[in-house]
Amino acid sequence: MKQPNSVKDMGKNPGEPLAQINQYEQIPLPPPFDKIDEEPEFAQLSDAAREKYVVLDDTIAVNIEKPKTKEEEDKLVNGFLSGLEKLFSVDDNWTFLQPFEMSMEHCAKCHTCSDACPIFQESGENELYRPVYRSEILRRIYFKYVKKASPSLHGDIDLNWETVARLIELSYRCNLCRRCAQTCPIGADNALLSREIRKIASMEMGIVPKEIHDDGSVLQLRVGSSTGMTPMIVKDNIEFIDEDTAERTGITIETPFDKVGADILLIHNAGEIMAWPENPGAFATVFEAAGLSWTLSSDAIGYDGINYGVWYDDVQFARVAVRHAAIAKKLGVRKIVLGECGHAHKALTVIADKVLTGDLNIPRESSMVTLRDIIRSGVLKLDKSRNDFPVTLHDPCNLVRLMGIVSPQREIIDAVVPEGRFREMAPHGVENYCCGGGSGFAIMSGHNFKDWRHRMTGRRKFRQILNAFQDESMDPSHMKYVCAPCSNCKGQIRDIITYYDAFEKAGIYYGGLVELIVNAMVDVKPGFIDWEWH
Amino acid sequence: MMTTFAYVVAYLGLVFFLIACIARFMMWSKMPMHVRWELYPVAHEGGGKAAYGGSYLEDTEWWTKKREVSLFGELKVMVPEILFLVALREHNKKLWTRSFPFHFGLYLVGGVTALMLAGGLVVGYLPENIAAPVAKIVNLVAPFLGGAGLVLGIIGAIGLFMRRRSRALRDYTAPADLFNLVFFIAAFGVSLVSLVVYDRDFSMVTTFITNLVTFDLAPVGAGPAGLLLTLSVVLLALLTAYIPTTHMSHFIGKYFAYHSIRWSDEPNLAGGRQEGTIQELLSRPVTWSAPHIGADGKKSWLDVTLEDQTK
Ligand code: SF4
Ligand code: SF4
Repeated sequence: MKQPNSVKDMGKNPGEPLAQINQYEQIPLPPPFDKIDEEPEFAQLSDAAREKYVVLDDTIAVNIEKPKTKEEEDKLVNGFLSGLEKLFSVDDNWTFLQPFEMSMEHCAKCHTCSDACPIFQESGENELYRPVYRSEILRRIYFKYVKKASPSLHGDIDLNWETVARLIELSYRCNLCRRCAQTCPIGADNALLSREIRKIASMEMGIVPKEIHDDGSVLQLRVGSSTGMTPMIVKDNIEFIDEDTAERTGITIETPFDKVGADILLIHNAGEIMAWPENPGAFATVFEAAGLSWTLSSDAIGYDGINYGVWYDDVQFARVAVRHAAIAKKLGVRKIVLGECGHAHKALTVIADKVLTGDLNIPRESSMVTLRDIIRSGVLKLDKSRNDFPVTLHDPCNLVRLMGIVSPQREIIDAVVPEGRFREMAPHGVENYCCGGGSGFAIMSGHNFKDWRHRMTGRRKFRQILNAFQDESMDPSHMKYVCAPCSNCKGQIRDIITYYDAFEKAGIYYGGLVELIVNAMVDVKPGFIDWEWH
Repeated sequence: MMTTFAYVVAYLGLVFFLIACIARFMMWSKMPMHVRWELYPVAHEGGGKAAYGGSYLEDTEWWTKKREVSLFGELKVMVPEILFLVALREHNKKLWTRSFPFHFGLYLVGGVTALMLAGGLVVGYLPENIAAPVAKIVNLVAPFLGGAGLVLGIIGAIGLFMRRRSRALRDYTAPADLFNLVFFIAAFGVSLVSLVVYDRDFSMVTTFITNLVTFDLAPVGAGPAGLLLTLSVVLLALLTAYIPTTHMSHFIGKYFAYHSIRWSDEPNLAGGRQEGTIQELLSRPVTWSAPHIGADGKKSWLDVTLEDQTK
């Protein structure tokens, strides 16, 4: 394993990776995936990519082209310093000023947070991925080059374009899961600092991974969804989903669109409509069966709850959040209910809480709560025995650690899964591990980034899933269900299962929460969950 | 002459400490409202939710309900955290075995100093029948707790110094971090020697402190005893003044880290008192330079947010 010896290495050995993982030295997984030499080969970065882009480690997320002239080099350094200064300005960064300064000033560099970080742990404790490694570089740059303080006070570092470019890359080696922050005895938050580095890169320098900016928030703001779906396409797709769901359930449904004065505006992550149509179909089935007054919106952005700005850019974030609220206002709904998407939950409920005012300040509710209340009301006739298979629950960080929504999803599972079939992961709830797709990773797959994420970020989750099912037969015919009530987490879990071939080899399947409810509904034809690999 | 110097430095040290702490406190409290960035478990969540990390967002139509905020829940977490550094004990035992004696020693020294200051005020300004028993209690308690505090502080600081020099932490250690610990060891060490050699019953130091609060700058101790007392007072006073100017002021920051960030979950309810502040913040100018922001230094957050992005 190659790793940096020091924080000061960040600007050294240009063009060379600072860290490299030897996959055969990684901690083996639990059975039946415990033979490390039977794991898929870690795809290597191409020479052309190493030639063209700034190199940090085994992969590339951001695609920062190596500067060709001194001017380009200076632009990187000066842009970074200028952005860093703006992070300390009330005007430019009132959004995060206090938490940011707190984390900049009060880290004791005690390494308490290191054990909490799944990436650092799965990397075999490679120094590059230590939560505080990138924070320390940012801090030293700030104190030495912005505050002009003596390096004896805060530590030394050389500043060159390589340092800056690598630091930006390194901010995309963190899931922003904030597990590290939970353990910090002082209250410093390395995840926040990763996000603030991403903000400098995006908001000041215009440097962002394409998947989350150009193909993400920009596309969403331009055409209505990061999936590229326009209002017309989304309506067509939902019509198709209604038909397909009716065929599977035996219950005719018609998803309402743009119903003015409805009680609820339901906003899905549009990825569900494209990749997991059974999820919006299941929501419609449950909401209709419960007799709720609800609607989807066909206004651009109103049918896609994603808000990638939460990972990298406060302005992009605010643009999408305000648009969501404006659509709800136009429809005159009483509340917005967020579908199974963790970051959409956090974005619109918690972060946008300090953005939306006046008639845009429309209450937001988690679908975990809406669904739990439907179950509690007793309006659905449920037969738990239809879910007679082992189920484990993945807790999306955004729902649990960052919003405190922990019990409703468990109450639902209690109501729809037979006793003894549910097994918690360890740890779970607010101490959960990220699926590995957090902070945009689930949708990032340039070069060999997907491989990196499976080996480094998703591996801990896969380990947890396997451990949760250890007392079950791992025969592929014995199906096991990983319930992930979040679109991004679901995508990531699908990708890990595919990478390790865990459906074929161990019968590990995945899906959302509302699907489990519909699968248990007595009025629905049996077999809503079809156990087909999609 | 020497003791007069000690009095002056002690006054300056205490005054500087207070001013710097207040300034630091004001700095944190004057910061603008930020977006919510809470981290669960949030200790004040009521209804048994704090135990598993739940929040009011789990409640049906939470915005229609009165939020249950439990001060007791906060104290249940805060007090053991401050006294015993629970988070560190749970997540970093190795460091805790050094950091806990250091911090606890510091609390004892600080506590005993405060006790002697209070005792000094009683002795200096209240009638003899009240002052005498108070002085007795102070004289009884101070040597024991003060001595224990100094010893624990020194042991902890040496442990922390060695840990900072260890392979694991060395690279993350600035010279100032080592200096801070040496400063503690020196100030506490000199005080301990002074007390053990010349002032085992703390009579000199209590007299000094009583004089300090009654503004009677009479010399205390003579010869090497006075000299050592002066040296220890000067070092402790300088250390006291120095602490809030460094990252060791985290004892102030930590309050805000918890109350204004980690546990700050108060929702902005429609028509509530937060909305005005938010509108003011949204009207502030943006100067971020990336082209997609579309800022020109005059446009506000609201302007750039509402700009048409469909083109
Ligand atoms: S962030 Fe907190 S836990 Fe991590 S090194 Fe800094 S002070 Fe220690
Ligand atoms: S936020 Fe998560 S991934 Fe990032 S450093 Fe902290 S623990 Fe690691």
